[in-house]
Amino acid sequence: MTGNNILGIIYSNKYDECLSEITGLRTMGSVPFVGRYRLIDFALSNMVNSGIEKVGVITKSNYQSLMDHLGTGKPWDLSRKTEGMFILPPFSSAGNTGTYTNRVEMLRGVMGFIARSNEEYVLLSDCNVVLNLDIDELMAFHTENNADISVVCKHGVLPKLDNIMQLDLNGENRVERIALAPNTTGEVDYSLNMILMKRSLLQRLVNESVSLNQESFERDIMQGNTQKLRIFGFPVTGFARTIDSLVDYFKVSMELLDPANCAELFNPDRPIYTKVRDDMPAIYGLGSTVKNSLIASGCIIDGEVENSILFRGVRVEKGAVVKNSILMQGSFVAAGSTLNYTIADKSVAITPNKTLSGAENYPVFVGKGIVI
Amino acid sequence: MARKMECIAMLLAGGQGSRLGILTKNIAKPAVPYGGKYRIIDFPLSNCVNSGISTVGVLTQYQPLELNDYIGNGQPWDLDRANGGVHILSPYQQIKGSEWYKGTANAIYQNITFIDRYNPEYVAILSGDHIYKMDYSKMLAYHKEKDAACTIAMLEVPWEEASRFGLMLVDEDNKITEFEEKPKNPRSNKASMGVYIFTWSKLRQYLIDDEANPNSSNDFGHDVIPAMHNAGEKMYAYLFDGYWKDVGTIDSLWEANLDLLNPKVDLDLSDPTWKIYSKTPTAPPHYVAPTATVQNSMIGEGSQVFGELDFSILFHNVTVEEGAVVRDSIVMPGTVIKAGAVVQYAIVAENAVIAENAVVGERPEAMANLDDWGVAVVGAGVTVHKGARVAPKAMIDTDVEEA
Repeated sequence: MTGNNILGIIYSNKYDECLSEITGLRTMGSVPFVGRYRLIDFALSNMVNSGIEKVGVITKSNYQSLMDHLGTGKPWDLSRKTEGMFILPPFSSAGNTGTYTNRVEMLRGVMGFIARSNEEYVLLSDCNVVLNLDIDELMAFHTENNADISVVCKHGVLPKLDNIMQLDLNGENRVERIALAPNTTGEVDYSLNMILMKRSLLQRLVNESVSLNQESFERDIMQGNTQKLRIFGFPVTGFARTIDSLVDYFKVSMELLDPANCAELFNPDRPIYTKVRDDMPAIYGLGSTVKNSLIASGCIIDGEVENSILFRGVRVEKGAVVKNSILMQGSFVAAGSTLNYTIADKSVAITPNKTLSGAENYPVFVGKGIVI
Repeated sequence: MARKMECIAMLLAGGQGSRLGILTKNIAKPAVPYGGKYRIIDFPLSNCVNSGISTVGVLTQYQPLELNDYIGNGQPWDLDRANGGVHILSPYQQIKGSEWYKGTANAIYQNITFIDRYNPEYVAILSGDHIYKMDYSKMLAYHKEKDAACTIAMLEVPWEEASRFGLMLVDEDNKITEFEEKPKNPRSNKASMGVYIFTWSKLRQYLIDDEANPNSSNDFGHDVIPAMHNAGEKMYAYLFDGYWKDVGTIDSLWEANLDLLNPKVDLDLSDPTWKIYSKTPTAPPHYVAPTATVQNSMIGEGSQVFGELDFSILFHNVTVEEGAVVRDSIVMPGTVIKAGAVVQYAIVAENAVIAENAVVGERPEAMANLDDWGVAVVGAGVTVHKGARVAPKAMIDTDVEEA
């Protein structure tokens, strides 16, 4: 064991169904985000920036794009001789239950990996959470409170996710009660599903649940132990978002057009790493107009772009108009076409003189590689 | 013993590039930033990888720290190989004493052992000073077809500029008949690009002979090539007709950058089949604010533009505040241009600060005497304080006080 004594575990497929349009071909972890990232980059970079040196990425299905993105873990400095990044697919070892349906089964499937690790602590994380977290602070909070389990949480409107944990915190941030996806519209404290505990405790809890034939991590392990264990909520205040739907994905992306949000998420002291594509810097042609937009490398813009996010290698021809839209890697918008409130997946081509227009609460989605 | 390689490359990256002035005060010329994210050396390194040459010796001497650090283990260029890969070759101590690289030929001579480890048939000698995309494998095929001892890449330059170059006179088969080094009255416009392929067994002997000659300046152009020519070796010129630029002066560096914005210039960096690799900065996409106007420019990752940008290259993590104007300029990584500042016809190096209402450079049309006009240069880490002026053609490497 080297590093900071925490083992990272990332669920790459959790909540895939919330973004079924984008995850049709990929995992939640490999969903493209803000011009050049994939959602898993945030969990991985947070871990690496705090000194975590061993990360297991649990996959269930559709994980080719994820493996392609992660490679050997080099961009996150996780391509190591000792420790580093491990991809943990189903059917990968003896005692593994095959494909997973819930978190307990997922953890059971990787118990061997967890047992063979030497780290004292485990940090579990989902991929649909976008934040820049100082895990050292989380660890200090955990130790200070003599906590058994620390749950990273946020105050706000509860995301619409299955089994999302709403936490009742007392004045000392101790979790007194956990409600699972309660029907509430007000602002509450809810879990961002980044959970820190001792590795030995996780092993014991999972083994117990398996022997009792329990299925739900949230209900049986977390809710069921609220009284027995010291569970604490670690509140984050900066830019932190849980993505629960395509509309929400759109909204969270657009929030990053505010430089203050962008500066919090992409804190240069704790950079977010991603796979490199070796594009040239973006080129703006004569007569182009770009306002309030995030533009990634490799873009060639000759037309008009406003309130939009352009991923790497997007081309907007002269006479094309792109407003309030997200265009993923390698998309192309030809002259005379207009996009408004549109999300285009990778390599979409919009041929001349087409108009696509959605609404703020219902963006049009164009699937990967579609030619319109 | 390393695995045998057919062709390896030796990249001469030791030059100071003194005509770049303060831009090369702390870094070697090949490490000078170019084109919004690259450094000059990315071009020959990427050309090597794309041409299938995976063993590259990089000869460094002048201010090698930043260059060595940049190249690292070669991973950004896919040159972190178990066999071959990139190797930094600095001058070293030997039993007979330590010796700097006395000239380009001596630099290769001192590394004969390195080359011999790969037992190559051919060695490409490249320069780390030029911007161009070239397939060396085609040149190698040509070298083999001609059964040459030495093949030199040549470029047809405009006649009026020919006298600045080393020129070659060739016969109808492109066999070199005569060399002219920067002649007053050129008889040829075929200039050497500083790209050579040698049959190693031949070159090896000429290097040893050259070293033994006390009158030699140990330079390829002055000594080794003429010696081979005089001895009657088969030397051929290989015609290259793409974009090639020596960025040896401030003006040519400025021009070569802005060439990227000219659609008529044949240097496409977006070609996926011939990528130019570089160490990519870890930064989010760049942001163009509602207050910004951006015309005919290139912007790197992590930059933020709130002001006006026209015909300029911004590298990564540059900030142009609201009301600031940048035109006809190159701004290198990490620099901040504050509100109301004007940067025009200038090169601003890394991590500089151009404070509020400062003015750097001048437009040529505003000059009474064009002889006083030139590109202004602000060095790395320099602060140009509020309201201060940096004159055209000036080179500033200390802070400029408030006006």
